[in-house]
Amino acid sequence: MKETYVAQLERVTKRYGDVLALDEVTLRVRAGEVLAVLGPNGAGKTTAVSTLLGLLRPDEGAVSLFGTSPNDVSAKVRVGAMLQISGVPPTLTVREHVTAFAAYYPAPLAVDDAIALAGLGEVANRQYGKLSGGQKQRLHFALAMVGDPDLLFLDEPTTGLDVESRRDFWRQVRSFSAEGRTVVLTTHYLEEADALADRIVLLDHGRVIAEGSPAEIKARTGGKVVKAVTRLAPERLADLPGVSRVERVGTATELYTGSAEATVRALLAADDGLHGLEVKGATLEEAFLNITGGHGPADTGRGDGAGGVQAGTTPGDGRAGTTRGASRADREGVYA
Amino acid sequence: MTTATLAAEAADARPRRNLLGLVLSETKFEFLKLLRIPMYSVATLAFPLMFFLLFGSFYGDAQTQGVTVARYMVATFGAAGVLSAALFAFGVGVASERGQGWMRLKRVSPMPPAAYFLAKIGMALLFGALIVVAITLAGAVTQGVRVAFLDWLSLLGVLLLGAFPFASLGLAIGYMVGPNSAPVVLNLLYMPMAFASGLWMPVEILPPVVQGIAPYLPTFHYAQLAVGTIGATPFGDAARHALYLLAFTLLFLVVAYVAYRRDEGKTYG
Repeated sequence: MKETYVAQLERVTKRYGDVLALDEVTLRVRAGEVLAVLGPNGAGKTTAVSTLLGLLRPDEGAVSLFGTSPNDVSAKVRVGAMLQISGVPPTLTVREHVTAFAAYYPAPLAVDDAIALAGLGEVANRQYGKLSGGQKQRLHFALAMVGDPDLLFLDEPTTGLDVESRRDFWRQVRSFSAEGRTVVLTTHYLEEADALADRIVLLDHGRVIAEGSPAEIKARTGGKVVKAVTRLAPERLADLPGVSRVERVGTATELYTGSAEATVRALLAADDGLHGLEVKGATLEEAFLNITGGHGPADTGRGDGAGGVQAGTTPGDGRAGTTRGASRADREGVYA
Repeated sequence: MTTATLAAEAADARPRRNLLGLVLSETKFEFLKLLRIPMYSVATLAFPLMFFLLFGSFYGDAQTQGVTVARYMVATFGAAGVLSAALFAFGVGVASERGQGWMRLKRVSPMPPAAYFLAKIGMALLFGALIVVAITLAGAVTQGVRVAFLDWLSLLGVLLLGAFPFASLGLAIGYMVGPNSAPVVLNLLYMPMAFASGLWMPVEILPPVVQGIAPYLPTFHYAQLAVGTIGATPFGDAARHALYLLAFTLLFLVVAYVAYRRDEGKTYG
C-alpha cells in the first residue's frame, strides 16, 4: 500500500535567477514525526518550507499538503507556521494579535489558552512593539498554535534565543509532538535537530545529501574523533589510514576517522613525541562536516556571509558553541 | 452558531467561515493599529483640519467657482483628508507589512485574502468619514459654512467612493517600494497633486501653468466632483470626472497587480 504523507515535495526545483535554490528535492513528511531540515544558511531550507506552504510555486515538480494543494483552505486550516519574520504590527497587543488570528480558523484554541501556552499571560495586554525579543518570538509561536494545527512548521524558530529559552521552546515542541501531531523544523543548529527530530534531512546547495535518524546520520562519520598534540603536518595527517578530515583545536589536532584503531596505530608510529591522545565519539556536527566534505561554520558555502551549520552547545564536550551569522533577531537585542 | 455546527465544520475541514464577521474584526484591529500610530492618525486627521483653519482665515470670504472659498474648502479639504487616509493606509500599510513578513504569515493562514483588503478599505472609509465630519464642523463653527444635510450626504458619498483610485495607488506603491521609503514616496506624490488640483487653494488662483496640469491629475477630478455636491459650479461635467476616476483606478490596480506579482517571487527568506 502506498504510504501517504502529510506534506510532500516531489522532485521540486526552484530557481532564483541563476541561483538554484532547490535541485530536484524530494521531501516527505510522515504523520506524527518531527522532521528536521538541517543545513547551512543558503542551503534551501526556507525555500523548501515556503514551497510546502504554498508561498512559492515550484518551477518543476509537485507539492502537496494534506493530499491537496497548499493553497487549499482545507489544508491551510490544519497548518500552523512560525516563519522567519521580523515582526507583526507593533501597535496591537498580544491579545489583539492572537484574537485576530484565531478568527481565521474553524476550531481555534481559546485566545487565553493560546496566550498561556506561549507563556505570555503576564504581557497579554502589552503592545507587540514593547515586547522583548524572546516575547516577540513567543507571540509568533502563539500565532502558529492558535489554530490548533495538526502540522506545525517552524522555520529557524530559536535563532537568536538564549540557551534557556531555547530549551523551554524545545519542551513546547516535544509536548506538541507527544500528542501525535507533526512538526517540520528547519534549523542550522545541529543540537536542535539532535534534541527534537525523529528524522533529519540534510540539505546543502539545494540538494538532499543525507536523510535518516540522528543516530544514523551520526553513524555516517564512521564514528570517531582522534585528538592528540602532534608535530606532524596537517597534509601528512590527512593521509593517515581512515582519516577523512583534520582540524586544529588550540595546540591539539582532531582527526575524523572511520577506523580509529588504524589511525591511532599509524599516528603513534609516525610521531614518537605524540601526547595527549584521546579517542571519542563524533557529534552530529562532526557528522555533518564529514558528509558535506567539511564545509561547516568556517565555510559560508553560498557566499552569503551568514555562516554555516552551527553547533550551539555541542553535546558531549560541553564546549559553548559560537553563534555566527547573527540573524536580524540577534541584532534586535535582549531576549527574555 | 452552535457548538455542534462548529464541530461539524471542523470535521469536514472545509469550513464556511463568516466573511462579514471576519472583515469587521479585521477592520477593527486595522483601525486600532493605525489610531495608535500618531504619525498616521494625527497626520491624516489633524493636518487637513489645521490647513483648513489656516487657509480659511486668509481667504475664506473670497469667491471661487460660484461659492465662498470657505465653502469650497469644506469640500476640498475633506477630499484631501480622505484621499490621504486611503493613500497612506494602503501605501504605508502594505509596504511595512510586506517588509515585516507579516503578509507571508497571513498568506499561510486560512484568512481569505479579500478580508485583508476589505478591512483596509473599511478602515480608510472610517478615517475618511471622521475627517469629513471634522472639516464640516470646523467650517460651520469658524466660517459659518452651512451645508444642507442631503448635500452633505452626497459630499460624503462622493468623497468616500472617489477614494478608490487613491487606495489603488497606495496599493501599487506599497508593493513597489520598501517600508522606509513608502511614506516619502507617497508624500512626494500626494503634496504636489493636492496643491496642483486645488485642494489647498482654489484652482482659479493657481498659476496658469499649474492650471494646465490639473486636468491630468486624478485629484483634480476628485475635487471637482466634491465641490459640485455643495453648490459650486464644477469645471467640466460630473460624468467625465467620474470616468477619469474610474480609469485611474483601473490603471493603478493594473500597476499594483504587476508589482504584486514581481514582489511575490522575491519575498523569500
